[in-house]
Order: sequence, then structure tokens, then C-alpha cells
Amino acid sequence: MSSAATSIDFQIPPRPEYLSLVRSLVVEAARMETGLSREQTEDFKVAVSEATTNAIEAHARACSDESIQIRCTVSADRIEFHITDKGFGFYPDQVQELPEPDDPSRLNFERGLGLYLMRVLADEFVIRSGPHGTEASLALNRA
Amino acid sequence: MDFGVVVASHGKWEVLTVTGEIDMATAPRFRQRLQSIVNAGAQYVVLDLSGVDFVDSTGLGVLMGAAKRVRSAGGDIRLVMTGARLAGLVQLTRLDRVLDVFDSVAAATEGDAL
Repeated sequence: MSSAATSIDFQIPPRPEYLSLVRSLVVEAARMETGLSREQTEDFKVAVSEATTNAIEAHARACSDESIQIRCTVSADRIEFHITDKGFGFYPDQVQELPEPDDPSRLNFERGLGLYLMRVLADEFVIRSGPHGTEASLALNRA
Repeated sequence: MDFGVVVASHGKWEVLTVTGEIDMATAPRFRQRLQSIVNAGAQYVVLDLSGVDFVDSTGLGVLMGAAKRVRSAGGDIRLVMTGARLAGLVQLTRLDRVLDVFDSVAAATEGDAL
């Protein structure tokens, strides 16, 4: 593969059964001579799955059947996924903070780990959000 | 691998052997299966996740919800993980501080001491 980046755009219906397909795309994209390790790819798979889950939930809240847009960009040493939804927007600073792990009330929070996982499992993670939708951009660099 | 749950009794423990992926698509089935077992009176539950290929935050949320329900009923819940991936995710999210993790079903079901 040349050093030039290649981008692939695709769309998925906003339904959970398509999450597995998106994860497969992460694995296949990482195999394109990106030099990414299996461990890196597995971490990134979780991060992209989290972003796609958020997009599916955003469309459910907005009662939207529109497709979720996904752009995958692969270069010799880097892979990017951009997941764009048309929900009502997402405001990270309004997310409730989780109790510390040692706090017994931690078990009351069955949600809220997705953002954290995207942040720590991707090398780069950016969210752009507004009233007409959200774009989550995640990137992974060759070690 | 398709998602699946098989239940077997080991003494006082109900052992749920889970296979496949736990995400937004499969979490409702997993949650419902756990709920039905707890509602049927199971107090001591082992979740054998050795055959799970993938878990995300939705799946971790199901585990936390199960722990809360079982413990609030006076019972106990233990997780079995043999793969580095899932164990690493649990450590990364520090859920190993609120969930008891073992490396085999035998270790999880022997005695009451942790």
C-alpha cells in the first residue's frame, strides 16, 4: 500500500445488529498494512463500537431511521474512523461523573463507561456535537 | 460466535456459561436471562465469561446490574475470565474492585472464601 491515505465511506442502519459488522470493518481495515498490532486493533475495535453504539442510541432517541455515516481512512501508519449521527446532539461536559470504583454505589451506574473507553483506547478522540447530530472521530497510530 | 448462555448447577452456585459477543445487540438477552435466574431464586451466581469474544461498556453494564441485583438479594456473584482481553477491560475500568474475578469455574465455586 502506498503512503497515501485511502478513505471508504459506508452507511449502516441505526440498529444494534450492525455493530458486529462495524467491528469487522475495523479488523479488516487494520489488516491493510497499517502495522498495527492485534492488541491495538482489539482496543480500537472497542472504541469504535462504543462510538457506533452512541450513534445508534442517538437515532433511537430522535426516532430517526436515517443511516449512520461511517468514514474509515487507512494510511501506512494510521487508521481513523469517523462516526456521524443525526441525533439531537451530545454534550460530554453534561455527562454525570461516575463514583469512584471503591464506592459501593458504583454498581448503580450501568452506563457511562463508553466515553471513558473511547478516550483511553483510541490514540486520538474528538467529539463534535450540535443540535443536528454528532461526529465522533477516533484514530489509532502505529506504535 | 453467536451469543449464548448455558446454565448448570455446581453445588449452591448457578453457573452461567456465556459465549459470543456482549454488546448493545445481545445485552438485552443476557440481562433477561440473568434476571430470570435471579427471579427463580438463584442467590449464588457464577458468570463464566471464558468463551466471550467481545465485551463493550454495554456488556460491562449488564455485569454491574447483575452484581447489584444478586447482592441486594443477599447473594453473591463471581466472574470467571481466562482471556487477557476481557480481564484487561475490567481492570482498565477498575470494575475488578467491585466485581470478584476468578480464573476458573472451579476456583470460583470452591468454598466461600475469596
